[in-house]
Amino acid sequence: MTNLERTPKIRIQDLTKVFYKKQDSMTALDNISIDIADGEFVCIVGPSGCGKTTLLRILAGLENQSAGTFSIAKSSEERPLQSMVFQERGILPWLTVEENVAFGLNMRHLPASIVKERTHYFLNKVGLSKFARMYPKELSGGMKQRVSIARAFANDPEILLMDEPFGALDEQNKYILQEELLSIWSETKKTVLFITHSIDEALFLSDRILLMSSQPGKILKEIKMDLPHPRKVIDIRSNPSMAEKFLDIWSHLQEEVQESRK
Amino acid sequence: MKEVINPVVTEEREWRKQQRKGRMKAALTISSPLMLLVLWEFLSQSGLIDSRFFPPPTQIVSTFTSLLTSGELFSHMGISLFRILAGFLLGVIPGIIIGLCMGLYAPIRHFVSPLIMALMPIPTLALLPLILIVFGIGETSKIVTIAGSVFFPVVINTVAGVITIDSIYIDVAKNYGASQKDFFLKIALPGALPVMLEGIQMGQAIALLTIVAAEMMGAQSGIGYLIWTSYSAFLLKEMFVGLILISFFGYLFSLLIRALQRKLLPWR
Repeated sequence: MTNLERTPKIRIQDLTKVFYKKQDSMTALDNISIDIADGEFVCIVGPSGCGKTTLLRILAGLENQSAGTFSIAKSSEERPLQSMVFQERGILPWLTVEENVAFGLNMRHLPASIVKERTHYFLNKVGLSKFARMYPKELSGGMKQRVSIARAFANDPEILLMDEPFGALDEQNKYILQEELLSIWSETKKTVLFITHSIDEALFLSDRILLMSSQPGKILKEIKMDLPHPRKVIDIRSNPSMAEKFLDIWSHLQEEVQESRK
Repeated sequence: MKEVINPVVTEEREWRKQQRKGRMKAALTISSPLMLLVLWEFLSQSGLIDSRFFPPPTQIVSTFTSLLTSGELFSHMGISLFRILAGFLLGVIPGIIIGLCMGLYAPIRHFVSPLIMALMPIPTLALLPLILIVFGIGETSKIVTIAGSVFFPVVINTVAGVITIDSIYIDVAKNYGASQKDFFLKIALPGALPVMLEGIQMGQAIALLTIVAAEMMGAQSGIGYLIWTSYSAFLLKEMFVGLILISFFGYLFSLLIRALQRKLLPWR
């Protein structure tokens, strides 16, 4: 039993991605190896262009790695391996809120009763039941990302991949959505790999933070976060040890950014 | 003494001003065609312009009603509308199908697009003699002429509609495991529809241009025929009736397609 528990949910081994363009190649990911435990919330933080999105896209099946392997442990036959929460614009404008949340379930052609039940459950969770029949054009940016999150959770995948989902939101909305995400997450106990360039966001959300360097993209450092859940933005802000962690991450990333500017 | 200003009253006054402006704009839109007609009537009646070439609008209207009551106009309108509709469908349907195939499958696109690019600049009307030789002087040749000119804007807009679908939607479909069929129905078709409908709107306008010219050249009926024979026989009032009918149908069709757009694209 203990052995089984130790098996990581996501195992990434020596993953390398090279972009090749007319005799000029760029190493976006250089021998990345990460193990992520079941139910863990991991943030990857790095400057833009460090290859973190490429890593996520490979895990999401949207791009192929140049070398290396990764595996996602399956717990049930019916579950899809992964679902992604995209950056803004990730919801389909020609589908209603409800249809967007049901998208993954409908693509798997699940029975209508199950689709309806799960869709409504997660619409309710993100507080959008009233907006079920509206089109995305009538929603604010924060509401659109709620739809995107509900769609991913409703699909009930083995793991969730999130590509800077709150990057385009204003600060107040960002805090609210971060808290909501944590509350849904702690209920479903999904394994999450979350990408962000915001140190604050990573500190607030994650169990573990991976710092990434750019060109070639490598994991620089790992930081364990031992704060208990449920978390509130206020707790993080008022916790003095967080300031230290922030500065630690910042000094690492700052070097990185300076380095890449040379 | 300081004057007390009620903010609601201020805003209400502002709102009324905006309403008046709106009514003013609507009035302006109606007034320009009316003024043109009145001016035309006056110039024609007073002999300032030659009423043989520009008969006054009131006389055109009475010619219109007499043509209408004799039933002659209905038969011309009927046959023209039939040709437009049949030719329109014969151009739009293959245009959409070929356009979607080209948009979705790059090899097909690269193979077919040089043919489209080469054929598109040739006006279908320039091909009318050839079309008459191949399809004879019956209805088929007119329908084919219209179909030919409607086809190109539709096919080009459909291809553009598909290939300009934001790549993030394609990622979403892939990530959520959409099958080929689901991808086609839930992503490609709705995603391409707005640009596709613009092409259909363009096709509709071209269909009207083409029908008149095609009927002038090789037909014994239809609005274009009415315009041409009336002109040849110097029956200019009848000719103007034909011209006004074309203008009316053009307006009607674009209203119909706008309504179709609102119906099909509630999410825009």
